[in-house]
Amino acid sequence: MAVKKEAHHKYRVVGTRPIRPDGIEKVTGRALYGADYYFPGMLFGKILRSPYAHARIKSIKFDKALKLPGVRAIVTADDLPEADRKPQQMGEQQVSPYYLSCNVLARGKVLYDGHPVAAVAATSPHIAEEALRLIEVDYEPLEPVMTADEAMKPGAPILIDDLRNQEEGPDQPTNVATHLQFKRGDLAAGFDAADCVIEREFRTATVHQGYIEPHASVGIWNPDGHATVYTCTQGSFTVRTLATKVLGMPEGNLKVVPSEIGGGFGGKTTIYCEPIALLLAKKTGHPVKVTMSRSEVLRATGPTSGIHERVKIGVTKEGRITAAQVWMAYEAGAFPGSPMAPGAMTVITSYDIPNLLIDGYDVVVNRPKTCAYRAPGATAAAFGVETVLDELAEQIGIDPLDLRIMNGAHEGTQQPFGPVFKRIGFIETCEALKASEHYNSKLTGANRGRGVAAGFWFNAGFQSSASVYVNQDGTASVVTGSVDIGGSRASMAMIAAEVLGLPIDEVRPVVADTDSIGYTDVTAGSRVTFATGMAVYNAAQDVVRQLKERAAKMWECTPDDVEFDNGVLRTRGDVLQPQQLTLKELAARFIRTGGPVVGRASVSTGGAGAGPAFAAICVDVEVDPDTGKVQILRVTIAQDVGTAIHPSYVEGQLQGGTAQGIGWALNEEYVYDSKGVLRNTGLLDYRMPTCLDLPAIETILVEVPNPTHPLGVRGVGEVSIVPPPAAIANAIYRATGVRMRELPMSPPRLMKALQEHRNSREGQAAAGR
Amino acid sequence: MATVIIPALLRQFTGGAERVMASGRNLRQVIESLERSFPGISRHLLDDGELKGSLVVSIDGEVETAGIQAKVGENSEIYFLPAIGGGVV
Amino acid sequence: MAKRTLVETVINNEPVELLCEPRQSLLEVLRDELHMTGTKEGCLTGDCGACTILVDGRPVCSCLMLGVEAQGHKLETIEGLATGAELHPLQRKFLEHASLQCGICTPGFLMSAKALLDKIPRPTEAEVRYHLAGNLCRCTGYDKIVRAVLDAARESG
Repeated sequence: MAVKKEAHHKYRVVGTRPIRPDGIEKVTGRALYGADYYFPGMLFGKILRSPYAHARIKSIKFDKALKLPGVRAIVTADDLPEADRKPQQMGEQQVSPYYLSCNVLARGKVLYDGHPVAAVAATSPHIAEEALRLIEVDYEPLEPVMTADEAMKPGAPILIDDLRNQEEGPDQPTNVATHLQFKRGDLAAGFDAADCVIEREFRTATVHQGYIEPHASVGIWNPDGHATVYTCTQGSFTVRTLATKVLGMPEGNLKVVPSEIGGGFGGKTTIYCEPIALLLAKKTGHPVKVTMSRSEVLRATGPTSGIHERVKIGVTKEGRITAAQVWMAYEAGAFPGSPMAPGAMTVITSYDIPNLLIDGYDVVVNRPKTCAYRAPGATAAAFGVETVLDELAEQIGIDPLDLRIMNGAHEGTQQPFGPVFKRIGFIETCEALKASEHYNSKLTGANRGRGVAAGFWFNAGFQSSASVYVNQDGTASVVTGSVDIGGSRASMAMIAAEVLGLPIDEVRPVVADTDSIGYTDVTAGSRVTFATGMAVYNAAQDVVRQLKERAAKMWECTPDDVEFDNGVLRTRGDVLQPQQLTLKELAARFIRTGGPVVGRASVSTGGAGAGPAFAAICVDVEVDPDTGKVQILRVTIAQDVGTAIHPSYVEGQLQGGTAQGIGWALNEEYVYDSKGVLRNTGLLDYRMPTCLDLPAIETILVEVPNPTHPLGVRGVGEVSIVPPPAAIANAIYRATGVRMRELPMSPPRLMKALQEHRNSREGQAAAGR
Repeated sequence: MATVIIPALLRQFTGGAERVMASGRNLRQVIESLERSFPGISRHLLDDGELKGSLVVSIDGEVETAGIQAKVGENSEIYFLPAIGGGVV
Repeated sequence: MAKRTLVETVINNEPVELLCEPRQSLLEVLRDELHMTGTKEGCLTGDCGACTILVDGRPVCSCLMLGVEAQGHKLETIEGLATGAELHPLQRKFLEHASLQCGICTPGFLMSAKALLDKIPRPTEAEVRYHLAGNLCRCTGYDKIVRAVLDAARESG
């Protein structure tokens, strides 16, 4: 695995590959995930879900179910307060508490197959399931609207009666929640100046994050109105805010204890089971555990949007992009809030283009409400643009990576929506891929092809808190509120160890509950090692400041006369008689120098732009002409990663995102029947890549330090998912001559395209005879 | 005067204009100035006197974190952008 | 409540007697009755392998077997993989190669990999990928898992 360093590392711990501190628990089965909690007297909750994609609820009767022995309580939306309709700031997201509440338990209408309608608590999960079958719900089925195209048609059935947008006005019911537009320069003049203009249309399917751990929560309600929820979530503070809004209780009355989390990829940044477990706990007086099955996860948690995209790009024959126009409609699912905005803000941001028009629409359809999925909105958007760029490169006869390098964004490039890039590594990333052994190797054999594509993701900053406690033996613990989803405890410990001059195994990282650390936003947006890492760095520096004060007191000098380096405090030689003390020696004297040393820090690092990341990928495929199955032969991903704190886990992010991108490209999709009922609700039919489907995933870490972070850290978690679908489409074209413009490029879809291609070639040949 | 780039959905308030001029030394004053020129627009930018949570502001190419107190220069260029989140592993 | 049945089995070399309902899966019995939560639930349909345990040395999705079917068989779970304080070489290699991110699939992978190495002590990469294809991991892209298994085989071979 190659690592390209811009500068030599000056660090002792950062950049090494220690064993993660929470590893032992995870390889021995001791780590507790969401479903692993058991409490005395605990009941089991199960959720009744709508069998209809779109229906009015006329009545719910549950007398029979309540009489089943072992059933302790049943709840419906009537047990929830009617929440505020006005969108509110909740953590880093803008959410309407009303829509959120209606998604937790349907109120009046069900809007998708699997929409929760009622929930039961019973003494065993089997009894709870039996009780669900005894609940009688009278539905009035309505016509479902399954795609953005259908939902945007005049006269389409309306999902949400009071949904309005500003363009259509206050009197026009609509399924379009938002239209966003970015515009720059003179589009017509830009296309006139081009020698080659290509316009194409694309579609992508609804896909799920596919985390292996289904959602699970245990609610415990105390008679004084205080409550605790143990839950697998990416954001314990987000759960606290959202759940208390839905339940109508003071935020401070809920303690959220984050379990270990079995994957999330954005899908565990909202609430599903949490308020239901709490509501059932309140009603029964017992702890209640609510777990989802896999089919519930697929039917009713938040996948990401399928989109419809139109892309038009013009280039000169020398390869300068003169203009680009992108139109996209994102399926939000049952309630507004698709990742359309970040899609529109990333779709062509890797390139410096003078004339632009980008339109994005957020459209409600009768599918589950979408949730974030790794670089939300960006992968589907990039599919179209990166495919059209490949076609343009071929048309004008230029290397596809050169086209990207020639037009690539760099320091000083203004993004289509305003901000100007600081130091970024897009061009370096493309150049690193171009120089790779893979890209320069020969690919031979029939039905084989190589494709490349690039991607961009902002990375988020937001708010984080951290505390560093130094123990009397000179070891330290680092406490943060960031759920560790992929090894971030290791990075937090390494950052503190770097600053304090301690060996890594003398720093214990802790993920605290919401009562035990300051507010911290979700583990999402590739922000933890960046923002929480910054808080840890600052908290450790706060410790160093206090250590210097203690030493200065002992040595009767000022803190400015004390230096701290690699765990040793010294007087400045030029000022005073030399004195020296290790952190360990000083720690033993805390009791006589003012008590324990506690370092604290909090950061608020702003929204978008906290160290943008770019990736470029090269994929070799072989297409089976008889089945349409695509085999990935070789794949290499280069990514601008800033300073890699723990390179193994950085590589892991690149590899994991690439694998998800490959699944998105080739197999994964939600398949609905004509009534809007999901047909593939298991992992046999929702086909994610296995290790037999994938080759080794080669990584190139391009370390361009982020100037806004003290250690040069840049978020690394997301962008790797963005380029694979387009790169694979481009590789399939090289292998077969067929341009795929719809995801997934599954065997039946590719087979059909290959057949059409053969027919048209035969037709042409026949016409030529 | 600062130049404000009006998001597509709010251009109904500006008679379709994409770029408008507004005066003020900070963002609050700029929004007040916009409201005087284009009545009704401010309720789409502010919520209880604070910048709407769904918006991020970019001033002269930098994303602002200071909210409505953010300083605005004589020739500043101001963009109102949708806020973004993210999702990882 | 359905009538409970007495089941006599051996788990990680310890004889165990337990009561369970005939409708409870072995996975459910391990977790809900014995609170051995190291074996994870991912799908309940045998597609993800997170609940893999060894039954008489063979890898089995414990969600596809009933608890009562454990009668008279020898079960091995993740809780028994290490010997006392000594990690199994596979556990050690998973840590050294950073083969886990979220870790939820790890117990199942370790048990499947153990079954593989017990049968084929020096597998090729293709054999590793073939034998682990019943276990899904969504975080790692499998690269570091495959390397860890090959390295463990190399070390103990």
